[in-house]
Amino acid sequence: MIGLQHYLTVSAILFVMGVLGIFINRKNVIIILMSIELILLSVNLNLVAFSAYLHDLVGQIFAMFVLTVAAGEAAIGLAILVIYFRGRGTIAVDDANRMKG
Amino acid sequence: MIQTLAFYLFAIMVVLSAGLVITARNPVHSVLWLILAFFNAAGLMLLVGAEFIAMLLVIVYVGAVAVLFLFVVMMLDIDFSELRGGFVRYLPFGVAVAVVLLCEIIVAGTAWEAGPVELAGRTALVPDPAAIPNIQALGTLLYTRYLFVFEGAGLVLLVAMIGAIVLTHRARGGVRQQNVTRQNMRRPQDATRNTNPPVGQGVEL
Repeated sequence: MIGLQHYLTVSAILFVMGVLGIFINRKNVIIILMSIELILLSVNLNLVAFSAYLHDLVGQIFAMFVLTVAAGEAAIGLAILVIYFRGRGTIAVDDANRMKG
Repeated sequence: MIQTLAFYLFAIMVVLSAGLVITARNPVHSVLWLILAFFNAAGLMLLVGAEFIAMLLVIVYVGAVAVLFLFVVMMLDIDFSELRGGFVRYLPFGVAVAVVLLCEIIVAGTAWEAGPVELAGRTALVPDPAAIPNIQALGTLLYTRYLFVFEGAGLVLLVAMIGAIVLTHRARGGVRQQNVTRQNMRRPQDATRNTNPPVGQGVEL
């Protein structure tokens, strides 16, 4: 069986790639949302790997809930994206400062 | 042996396609690479015996989320070349943050290996995989011990669905629509009138 370290390494690389994707695609919300999905995928991979190696099924249960939240987040995020595009005609978010936050 | 080979195949593919997700010029290609990444991650999960989560990943992500992304990318008429503008500007900062993050994760992994953390000293909850299949064990746990959390997850999905509908729904003007409440409130005595017109005269409406 493959060691736990290997899984953690893959998961760490995937996580870092998700973070990098958020930074280098600052304008394109669609890619940012996909990067968030990548981050959540790496977390899921971590949970499942630990669950398998510690012989504890709770990790897989938790991975399912992360999956649920990821699906809901994608739906809401894309809905916000659609209404944002409808209002402004572009999806460039680096100038989204209408709320002056 | 074949397990090691499969692991490295899936791992390399998942990292490669993740890199292409964040660097692809066309977002449609990004979504397709994302689908490939999810497939390979499902393969990785399959290797450690989490069959149900792996299948769920394929169904939920590839079947629902990725198709949702594809829909939105293709539905919106976006000039994507304009959105690439800051790529070079943000690249050094992004790479710096990524390198710092990766170093921190490596440090954390090394520290964990140096002295094992006492992880949850309770008895293991997973039954023997040979006796009880993964799906059965997962279902037993989910519907007994984690029932309320499971219902909460259902509630999260319901709220997300209603939220997405409410956000994207728009009332169109100039379209005749059925008003069910008005129809139901209508009574025969309001709608009809009995008249008894004399012979030779019409009815005043």
